[in-house]
Amino acid sequence: MRETPLHHVHRALGAKLVEFGGWHMPVQYGPILDEVRLVREHVGLFDLSHMGRLRITGPEAVSFVDRVATCFCAKIPMGAIRYGLLCREDGNPIDDLLVYRSEDEVFLVVNASNTERDLAWLHEHAADFDVHIENQTDALAMLALQGAGSEATLGPLVQGLDLSSIGYYRFGMGTVCGIPNVRVSRTGYTGEDGFEIYFPAADAERVWGALLEAGKPLKLAPIGLGARDTLRLEAGMALFGHEIDESHNPIEAGLSFGVSFHEDKGDWIGAQALARIKEHPTRALVGITTEGKRVPRQGYALFSGDQRVGEICSGAVSPTLGKHIGTAYLPVSLAQAGETVDMDLRGKRQACVVVDLPFYSRTRK
Amino acid sequence: MRPDDRKYLPSHEWAKIDGDTFVIGISDFAVEELSHGNVDDLVYCDLPEIGRQVVAGETFGEIESVKAVSDLNSPIGGEVVEVNRAIEDHLELLAQDPWGKGWLIRVKPTDKNTDHLLDSEAYEKVVVAAEKE
Repeated sequence: MRETPLHHVHRALGAKLVEFGGWHMPVQYGPILDEVRLVREHVGLFDLSHMGRLRITGPEAVSFVDRVATCFCAKIPMGAIRYGLLCREDGNPIDDLLVYRSEDEVFLVVNASNTERDLAWLHEHAADFDVHIENQTDALAMLALQGAGSEATLGPLVQGLDLSSIGYYRFGMGTVCGIPNVRVSRTGYTGEDGFEIYFPAADAERVWGALLEAGKPLKLAPIGLGARDTLRLEAGMALFGHEIDESHNPIEAGLSFGVSFHEDKGDWIGAQALARIKEHPTRALVGITTEGKRVPRQGYALFSGDQRVGEICSGAVSPTLGKHIGTAYLPVSLAQAGETVDMDLRGKRQACVVVDLPFYSRTRK
Repeated sequence: MRPDDRKYLPSHEWAKIDGDTFVIGISDFAVEELSHGNVDDLVYCDLPEIGRQVVAGETFGEIESVKAVSDLNSPIGGEVVEVNRAIEDHLELLAQDPWGKGWLIRVKPTDKNTDHLLDSEAYEKVVVAAEKE
């Protein structure tokens, strides 16, 4: 297993460490539900240094990304970020990612579990383009602050960049804790306001410590991957290997906002297949909630009467909603808010209700 | 050392003879694996009805934490004659006293033989190996 530059720090904090995507990562420092509440009510700090960070440079960087990714890279304003996926010809995804656009590079943030596979795929398709692909995963630490207290925590540590001027899904370069050229983006995987920062791995411990110190009056605490998964699910965000994978495409997953069929994007891998799916989707990703005691889990079957109609992709105890939540694919006809389906637990059934995603929205309380 | 007045399954359940019946529960190691020291992470315990037949080594229920579900396997085959319903509303009993108040079911055995189970010394080796993972 790989270790992030903060591995010993997590150990010292008494974190429970588990294998995740080939990395030894903190799943929790204390009760998971408390960590979820802390981010929703205050602010949390995440070590995300396991995520893949890939830098694409060269004169054809943008058109290369437009060939392999579903989002329209050429249309991303400088200093902005867009969500997209890398798909195969059949329209099924290899990974989902964030695409950061600058004057002289395109910066990709991908899932830790898929980094090697993504790199192989990118190299395979780079042959036709004048581009250079650099894997910056080991060189850069990545931290996230998520929660209402994020800007107040980070702001005092930043020079040369006005955080309040960075809008959602935009980024800038500033000096953080005295370190120049630190990428700071207003992005995150929780549905709260927050920032993700990227800086040299050697400075990881110092910056982590500085953020914890700065955030103390705002109740900042470290948050593990267990709470991160619950937070992203509450916010209706997909996780590769659950809502999307080799046989679950972005269209039926409700991720069309990350897929561009604009004619100026050029021919891209998966376009035809996804256009066909868009014409005739057979299933749709929905949210489900249940008042019962059992928690929805990936793989549990869903029944409508005696008919098996779907399967759960993700599930969690949601302290924000006060009930258990999950996602599932259902036939389009059943994929309507208010429909009832039963979750199957070794023959026992528990009633669930279909709801629209997201379960939680900061702006639509 | 874990209690030597009972026998164990490698999956961390224990069975203690009590007159004609066996009391069955899970070890402190199992509770720790599920809750990571946070009793609030325990969400639900699914226990069988009285009268249910259980088979040695097979599942009689499930225990659920925030992040995972684990099977509960019976060390002993027989009939469930008592169920500790208090657990269902007080999962913290499992963390506080897994060897006593945290018992799960009582089984009237079809066969009182426990040779197929681990004694506390053998179970200790299982725990040590599991901790290394």
